[in-house]
Amino acid sequence: MTGLLVPETASLQAVLTDRIFLGLTITSALILALVVGLVLVFSIRYRRGSKANRHPLPEIVSREFEIGWTAATIFLFVFVFWWAASAQIGAYSAPPNAIEVHVVAKQWMWKTQRSNGAREINELHVPVNAPVKLIMTSQDVIHSFFVPAFRLKRDVLPDQQTEAWFQATKTGTFHLLCTEYCGTDHARMLGRVIVMEPEAYASWLSAQPEGDDLAHQGERLFAERGCAGCHAPGSRVHAPSLAGIWERPVPLAGGRFATADAGYIRDSILQPGRDVVAGYAPVMPSYAGLLDDGEIQALTAYIRALGSEPAVVRVPGAPEVRSNVPGGVRERSPAMVPGAPVLDVPAPAGPGSRP
Amino acid sequence: MSTTASPTGLADPDELDLGLPVSYLADGHSVRSWLLTTDHKRIAILYAVTITVFFFIGGAAATLVRLELATPEADVLRADTYNKLFTLHGVVMVWFFLIPSIPNTLGNFLVPLMIGARDVAFPKLNLVSWYLNLGGGLLAVAALILGGVDTGWTFYVPYSTVFSNTWVSLTVLGVFTTGFSSIATGVNFIGTIHLLRAPGMTWFRLPLFVWAMYTTSLMFVLATPVLAVTLLLVLAERTFGLPIFDPARGGDPILFQHLFWFYSHPAVYIMVLPAMGVVSELITCFARRKVFGYTFMVYALVAIAVIGFFTWGHHMFTSGMSPYAALVFSFLSFIVAVPSAIKVFNWTGTLYRGQVGFESPMLYALGFVGLFTLGGLTGLFLASIPVDVHVQDTYFVVAHFHYIMVGASVSAYFGGLHFWWPKITGRTYPETWARFAAILMFFGFNLTFFPQFIAGYLGMPRRYHVYPPEFQIWNVLSSAGAAVLAVAYLMPLGYLTWSLLFGERATNNPWDASGLEWRTTSPPPRQNFFGSPRIQGGPYNYHPEGVAPVHDQPRLPSRGSLT
Repeated sequence: MTGLLVPETASLQAVLTDRIFLGLTITSALILALVVGLVLVFSIRYRRGSKANRHPLPEIVSREFEIGWTAATIFLFVFVFWWAASAQIGAYSAPPNAIEVHVVAKQWMWKTQRSNGAREINELHVPVNAPVKLIMTSQDVIHSFFVPAFRLKRDVLPDQQTEAWFQATKTGTFHLLCTEYCGTDHARMLGRVIVMEPEAYASWLSAQPEGDDLAHQGERLFAERGCAGCHAPGSRVHAPSLAGIWERPVPLAGGRFATADAGYIRDSILQPGRDVVAGYAPVMPSYAGLLDDGEIQALTAYIRALGSEPAVVRVPGAPEVRSNVPGGVRERSPAMVPGAPVLDVPAPAGPGSRP
Repeated sequence: MSTTASPTGLADPDELDLGLPVSYLADGHSVRSWLLTTDHKRIAILYAVTITVFFFIGGAAATLVRLELATPEADVLRADTYNKLFTLHGVVMVWFFLIPSIPNTLGNFLVPLMIGARDVAFPKLNLVSWYLNLGGGLLAVAALILGGVDTGWTFYVPYSTVFSNTWVSLTVLGVFTTGFSSIATGVNFIGTIHLLRAPGMTWFRLPLFVWAMYTTSLMFVLATPVLAVTLLLVLAERTFGLPIFDPARGGDPILFQHLFWFYSHPAVYIMVLPAMGVVSELITCFARRKVFGYTFMVYALVAIAVIGFFTWGHHMFTSGMSPYAALVFSFLSFIVAVPSAIKVFNWTGTLYRGQVGFESPMLYALGFVGLFTLGGLTGLFLASIPVDVHVQDTYFVVAHFHYIMVGASVSAYFGGLHFWWPKITGRTYPETWARFAAILMFFGFNLTFFPQFIAGYLGMPRRYHVYPPEFQIWNVLSSAGAAVLAVAYLMPLGYLTWSLLFGERATNNPWDASGLEWRTTSPPPRQNFFGSPRIQGGPYNYHPEGVAPVHDQPRLPSRGSLT
């Protein structure tokens, strides 16, 4: 898949990077050869006991040498800087027509998703010769998205969004690696980028099931697991409505207040008797053992999507959920899936989870 | 040599009546006389013992890491064990070996001798500094014995604060503690060099080694507090749950990286400036020539120390920093390479028209020039943003910083250790073995780390215990080199220990060197000199103007008159 000395070159960026790399390699090799050559020549010629001329250099010559090589070094280094920097600035922004792919990194897998909902795990299918823009975030620690063949690397940060883009120039399968140390199985956080001909890509894409985003899954669970029986408007049992509570203070029995964030919602599902909303009877059964972490995430996403009124806006023909979550720190990191607050769900339990 | 009218103002030690135990080594033999000593020379020995132990602990971890990487699969270590081992390797080598290596051993021993002082400015602080270093190291080793740490030596958050269930706090506390040792050492050297120079020892008559110690001390004093604060914040977050770096609670993990590299990039210069100082002394002595462009060498040291503070951002080009900020850091990273290049050219120029001898310290020094040049040039790759983006966090970076921190820094430490060994211990070592070890170390080092440049460029990430099979050939070469390197590092341990027990007595100035530290006995007396030094000229008086060099004979350590 790769050569023995030079990695495969499979993107526009790779060509640029390789050019600078080659230039630097040649320059470095020349400087190294000059230094090592001079050291060897001087060491041998002026070895102890040899009959070489050893009269001291005049001070003025030393000074000229000193100024000469200082100026040459500055000139050379500034030139290389300018060369590398101009390539960097030119390649910084993605073209506006780029295909957008959302990437979520977590210990230890890559999840990718397109705007139509098609999802992959540890794989990313893209068409050849088309710009692809990656919008990335992490669910836990810092990861780094690295495709050696594309000379592409960008850190993936928790609760923040980073972007990168590439344009593949070759079909084939390429390594996707994590390069920011992220815990026990860092070395196994691997994926593949599969670059396809446009037609093959189109048929691949159309064969993908249109996935639901998390909030839609949560909406379905909300009905299936009986939540709607009490919490939906107009239900027979008297239970607090969930619309508009996200990130808002909730009055509790005893005069305290709790903020309806991911942690409170999780607690309310698993230990409903603990912090009962003021004015309601503690009648809700615990769902501990009945819902797994993923389902709780989906339900939380749904409650976030409910936001405040109007909670859910359906765009005709498109399965999009728009939540107007009230302001706050999270607005600077839009969710990966429109409307689904993947950033706010607790990390999965197990080794390495938050205490 | 005559007993009167010495140009240094010192009595010739060989001519004195030496019936009394004058050596600092003979000045008390009890454990107490060592553990409560305030003699800078004894404290240097205490440091040498501790860092040697740490060097071999870190080396053992590196050996296991390279053993695991000989094959692409995980067949020696589990992922978790591997992560703890490379963390241990990094933590011990960086914080407890490399940073204290040259300053606290050779520096402690030599700075007062080289400037004609009787001790450092604050002798008790010097001893406290050793205890802090030892205490920090013991905390870190305790963390290792209790279960290890898996964060890497950089302790990146939020992994280290929120996710890792290993002994991060204890390790961080160890590093925090040892940081005070650095600060104390820095304060002490600055005070010593400002206050205790002998009459006539002006700033531009200081040996380059002293200048290197001075600039290093400035970095110790200015940078280490930032590290201390950073580590304290990590501890606060882990212990009290303060949301400083945790992004889920509004903290900023990138802030940690800025703070961390604000110390840890200068730390690279803390490791390499002393090495430059050592190598300047070695090359000038064995080329028997005054250092080429002494004043430029001084300015270059100061320039590296100053500009080195403004380059930390190039560690974070891939973290999504603003492209304009990235350009500034890229530019400054190129500029900091200029004074380094000047130093390389001046070392080369020092050889010109010299009388070059190839004793073991010189072999280490010449090896240093090659390794430092290659390490420095690959630094330009990392300063170039597009190339850095590709090779960041791959084995290319691993190779680069090992060339600088191990190839250059450790080579210089070994060179300096061999050069001043007769002065420090009063014994000579078997020169043939020493030369063989120096050459073996050079080849072992290159075989270990050069293939990593290629593996890294091909895309092999660092901190992987399993890897795609196409990288295997380069890892096999690297592991083979590590085996050679391990032998090369064990050899000095063997023959230097032998030298302590059976080596011949060294003369006072076995290399016929010009520094003030050679104008006293080997080993020096408790008070360093017989008489009060007066300095009448610049350093490196090997090749006076218009005078043909007088030192034509090879000067190997030989039996001296002093017992």
